[in-house]
Amino acid sequence: MEEKKHFTISIYSENNVGLLNRISAILLKRHINIESFSTSVSEIPDVYRFVIVVHLSQEKVKKVVGQIEKQVDVIKAFYHTDEETIFQESALYKVKSSALFEERHIQNVIKESHANIVTVSPEYFVIEKTGFRHETEKLYNDLAPYGLLQFVRSGRISVTKSKMGISEILNTFKNNQ
Amino acid sequence: MATTKAKSMHISGAEAVIRCLLAEGVDLVYGYPGGAIMPIYDELYKFQKELNHVLTRHEQGATHMAQGYARTSGKVGVAMATSGPGATNLVTGIADAQIDSTPMVCITGQVAYHLLGSDAFQETDIIGISTPVTKWNYQITRAEEIPEILAKAFYIARSGRPGPVLIDITKNAQFDTFDYQYETCKGIRSYAPRPVIEKSAVAAAAELINQAKKPMIVWGQGVILGNAETVFQAFVEKTDIPAAWTILGLSGLPTDHPHNVGMVGMHGNYGPNLLTNECDVLIAIGMRFDDRVTGNLDTYATQAKVIHLEIDPAEIDKNVKADVAVLGDCKESLTQLLPLVTANDHSSWRAQFDDHYQTEFEKVINKDINPTKAGLTMGEAIAAINKHSKGDAVIVTDVGQHQMVACRYAKFTQSKSNVTSGGLGTMGFALPAAIGAKMGAPEREVVAVIGDGGYQMTIQELGTIFQAQLPVKIVVLNNDFLGMVRQWQQLFFDKRYASTEMINPDFVAIAKAYHIEAVSVKDRADLDGAVAKMIASDKPFFLEVCVEKEDNVFPMIPTGASVSDIRLE
Ligand SMILES: Cc1ncc(C[n+]2csc(CCOP(=O)(O)OP(=O)(O)O)c2C)c(N)n1
Repeated sequence: MEEKKHFTISIYSENNVGLLNRISAILLKRHINIESFSTSVSEIPDVYRFVIVVHLSQEKVKKVVGQIEKQVDVIKAFYHTDEETIFQESALYKVKSSALFEERHIQNVIKESHANIVTVSPEYFVIEKTGFRHETEKLYNDLAPYGLLQFVRSGRISVTKSKMGISEILNTFKNNQ
Repeated sequence: MATTKAKSMHISGAEAVIRCLLAEGVDLVYGYPGGAIMPIYDELYKFQKELNHVLTRHEQGATHMAQGYARTSGKVGVAMATSGPGATNLVTGIADAQIDSTPMVCITGQVAYHLLGSDAFQETDIIGISTPVTKWNYQITRAEEIPEILAKAFYIARSGRPGPVLIDITKNAQFDTFDYQYETCKGIRSYAPRPVIEKSAVAAAAELINQAKKPMIVWGQGVILGNAETVFQAFVEKTDIPAAWTILGLSGLPTDHPHNVGMVGMHGNYGPNLLTNECDVLIAIGMRFDDRVTGNLDTYATQAKVIHLEIDPAEIDKNVKADVAVLGDCKESLTQLLPLVTANDHSSWRAQFDDHYQTEFEKVINKDINPTKAGLTMGEAIAAINKHSKGDAVIVTDVGQHQMVACRYAKFTQSKSNVTSGGLGTMGFALPAAIGAKMGAPEREVVAVIGDGGYQMTIQELGTIFQAQLPVKIVVLNNDFLGMVRQWQQLFFDKRYASTEMINPDFVAIAKAYHIEAVSVKDRADLDGAVAKMIASDKPFFLEVCVEKEDNVFPMIPTGASVSDIRLE
């Protein structure tokens, strides 16, 4: 068995309501867990981008991406290792305001983590931190003793070091019509 | 492709559906009505001269009929059903069409847009349910979407690697009126159905083929779906390479062609299975290395260089790693390959296949088709069909022992003649598929060969045969068992026959109740005459052949074993 690694699957697609279901069905059929998931518009108007993180062997991720790319509404799908991408996650931490004033140490935690304070109210304040998983996790651990009212972390967003060439594919199609 | 632009007219969505079907060249649909699709049925009534609707007895039957039609005609089969249970009854046939790459468009009615998600009467999320088993699906909620989406549906179903498409249409979209205009789909920017063939890959394949000492071809349905039979045969003859088929490739090359060495896989022929593990170059054409073909992958053709001609990029290296992959439509790639391969003489290598055939003939085949024991065999029934149909019939099979026996022994002189459920192994497929097969090739003799188990899964379609007066010939090979499962129980579960024995009804009486001429044969002396009578009839005909209860199908590669561990007994 080949060693498992984290791979980032990037999918460029049309905006079709059913597509998310179709992609997750491909993973479900193979009993593959989604580690993280995010979707947004891409650099091209009308083209959507999914970023999915999975923990798989290279051989398996290649086959899965082949199945994803085969879907009619998928323009192109790629997979990359962590080294081949620049990736980040965002986290939000909601802490009760009293902690900020009563526990002086928390101010150092925030400063050292290079986190931003997004909002402060009499009852709570919200900190935002974007970075690698270990950075958002460290801040989580550091803040936990002061009592986290809420915590949420986004799926991974990533761009690749190499070119994607989606516009080229779309232009070729246009020119052949 | 020419644009078929109808001039704009103000019509209902339901009428638009019919006009789209007509614009796509559809003259036949299979289906079953119900509340959520009634506006479309109302239009079917108005258009009955242009568009024939066959009322099935179950929606599953509609899908298998559409599949049978597609398989013999090469056109897209169309099935229709209402929402809820009508739609869910389509799922088995859709899954079957997906795994066997059959072009099919299914149209389902859906509750009105404003009711979606309210658990309205007969509301089912058929888009969600059908997603994993469709090539594409889409829910139409506005009448204006109908022409473009249906055009896409047909384009997607038939292009590239074909497959099933499901279009769900809410009832409001069927009732609403709009300015209708139709344009066929000529391309979708996110979908590239025909990969551009790489010249270098073709050249590399040719080089391997020209240097090979013991090359072997395994072809699949790609040859038939790609209408590549002629160039394929020319390729086989020029290179003098022995060619074996997967169950769905059957009839792509005439069965009596000297280079045709038989079937690969679990119940395939002895020679091609054994020699898969001896060839030096394995040329896979339009096939996908299913586990029923390969047995244990770790020991499958490991000595051979593999060339894979395939239209679906996701199939390359999926199960067997290709040394040379030629991505593209196999008709095109074979056409490019043909001038690059040298005419060759592999007669001594081909003789090895003949030797193994002799062994198999003595140990298995002769006993199957020329039995001397008292009980009738499935093999002699197939041999009798061959004799009277002269190898010209379309043979439609269900799933089980009879399927393997029929595919092993049926003779075919022309392509698109073998209709069977391969990838999904759907019992109940054959009777409805035979109806579609007959309508897809009305000039041809169509014989359905079915087990007593599978026959009873869709037996109600006798009603469709009767109502449509279709001269389909039905042969039930009755062993009073779920034979294939019983065989496994005998071989691998110490003969513990758990729920495989069947107490069967009077099949002749059932057929007669549908006013279908019916005969049952129990003695060898009556078999030939009964088959002759059946083939000579120009009406639907039912023939029961009561065969030995506990016969087994051999050769056999046990699950997980290597192709070279094939057993003759
Ligand atoms: C819908 C469905 N259910 C169950 C099976 C499992 N199965 C495979 S072959 C078989 C027995 C078929 O028996 P019969 O139709 O009598 O044909 P025979 O094998 O006796 O020729 C069964 C139950 C199947 N393939 N399809």
